[in-house]
Amino acid sequence: MTQPMTLAEKILAAKVGRDVVRPGELLEVPVDWVLAHEITTPVAIRMLEQRGMDRVWNPARVVAVPDHTVPAKDIASARLYQRLKTWVQKHGIEHWYDVGRGGIAHTVFEASGLPAPGEVVVSGDSHTPNAGALGMFATGVGSTDLAGAIYAGTFWLKVPETLRIDLVGQLRPGVYAKDIILEVIRRIGDDGARSMAMEWGGPGMATLSMEERFTLTNMAVEAGGMTGIIAADDVTQAYLREKGTPEERWCIFQPDPDARYAERIEVNLSELEPVVAFPNRPGNGHPIAEAQGIRIDQAYLGSCTNGRISDLRIAASILRGRRVADHVRMIVVPATQAIYKQALREGLLEIFVEAGATVSYPSCGACLGMHTGVLGPDDVCISSTNRNFTGRMGHPSAQIYLASPAVVAASAVAGAITDPREFLTETATQLSA
Amino acid sequence: MSTTIRGRVHVYRRDHINTDEIIPARYLTSDDPEYLGLHAMEDLDPDFPKKVQSGDILIAGKNFGTGSSREHAVWALRAAGVALVIADNYANIFYRNAINNGFLALEVPGAAEAFETGDEAVVDLRAGTLTNSRTGQTLTFAPLPEFALKVREAGGYLEYLKARESAAS
Repeated sequence: MTQPMTLAEKILAAKVGRDVVRPGELLEVPVDWVLAHEITTPVAIRMLEQRGMDRVWNPARVVAVPDHTVPAKDIASARLYQRLKTWVQKHGIEHWYDVGRGGIAHTVFEASGLPAPGEVVVSGDSHTPNAGALGMFATGVGSTDLAGAIYAGTFWLKVPETLRIDLVGQLRPGVYAKDIILEVIRRIGDDGARSMAMEWGGPGMATLSMEERFTLTNMAVEAGGMTGIIAADDVTQAYLREKGTPEERWCIFQPDPDARYAERIEVNLSELEPVVAFPNRPGNGHPIAEAQGIRIDQAYLGSCTNGRISDLRIAASILRGRRVADHVRMIVVPATQAIYKQALREGLLEIFVEAGATVSYPSCGACLGMHTGVLGPDDVCISSTNRNFTGRMGHPSAQIYLASPAVVAASAVAGAITDPREFLTETATQLSA
Repeated sequence: MSTTIRGRVHVYRRDHINTDEIIPARYLTSDDPEYLGLHAMEDLDPDFPKKVQSGDILIAGKNFGTGSSREHAVWALRAAGVALVIADNYANIFYRNAINNGFLALEVPGAAEAFETGDEAVVDLRAGTLTNSRTGQTLTFAPLPEFALKVREAGGYLEYLKARESAAS
């Protein structure tokens, strides 16, 4: 008789060939995928080279996507890109998504048809839990861990406690997945899930698309989470089929009903309002009413959190036939080349350009203040990204407010932080007229 | 390896000091520790790189090192001269990175309240005690995990991995 386990515990137990694992145990876990970008991977490669350990445990299981500063913003970033690419070629890394064919690593990976439920992925990037929405164990690590995983195909892990989040009800118009995750971080705090797995479920989950679910697990780290994870259901399976992930690789686990959780919280989606996280912590969430009217200089739509096609559609529905306020710069960054092409086909890019926004190429962009929209002193930015730390998007005196793509678009038009529901009502009225 | 460490402390009574503050992303196109060390903690305290001396100890509140996975945060602190960090607790990835680099990150709840910047701290790793030389106050902490000590002895996680593999073959 096996003991009840959470979803993360079940995946880890299966990976190490055990009936049961318990929180606090130190395990050496085999990985199915290593996701590599050009900021943290070149240094990992050098570490291996310097120690005579320059090998790749399985080149078919490494996915390399330069994303942080591509196309190169300067000579130093061009060198980082070259170091990644040279290594990819030397070792015959099978999944290489070059500039113009890739985008943000997490978003490329989720839609690549490569990852499957029950698998384990590590990456030298803290937003790796993004892929946990597919029912896999996905976690961010540093460059040394990344080097170890590239070399040995394993990484060490202390089995996390699990925090369970049950969703009930259904989101109302103008309220989105971003509002759910910002509300959860507000409630539990920036370290509320410190070193834990955040397991999402409940009857409300069935109402959320895969794209919305990625937004939830993507920001696990903003609550301190080691991973975010959602058991695969019909929505997941339809998505995997569409992306062409071979069914024989799916290994779908469900958490046991009597699994032991460190904490359990419930979020009623039907009662949720748009949330804005004030500077300088993602957990500093406030109802939109409290942010209403804060004048902005920049509106940023993009990132692995909210740069997907559904995000662009929402923003375009608000910007259609309207103009970005005179004093505002709006920057739109589709997360991947595939999303960029889709947005082009649907006419969304034209809507953004007509509205006076600038559309940039897929990359991590200004989310971490490296390029394409870096903030200057005292700039105020409304952003669909994941962090509003001091200096995150540029100058330390700049102020970053985090919100949904709808809030970003509505605020760009109004010139100040604005409840998107005002616009959605107008849009609905116009359409029915 | 000596188990007693003495150092002058820099106290930041703040929770959630994040890796963007420890080493801003604008410097991440370099992985040269010396360069990173010149900018350690810059967005929290621009004077830190000037104030810190080799062997100093950094003390902060809870959830130290939250945010990005950048191991550059550990390298920047170490290159700036920080011998060890003491905090109530750590963000998951920063803590992993510290262990993997054999860099000491001790969990001592309440340390930030027990020290003022400039005090001397005496850490006894074996006994699990942290003493303020000025006040005489001693705090206790749980010993480092066995795994962390093994990695530290090996000189880092990759050395540990390599040594284990050659031992097995």
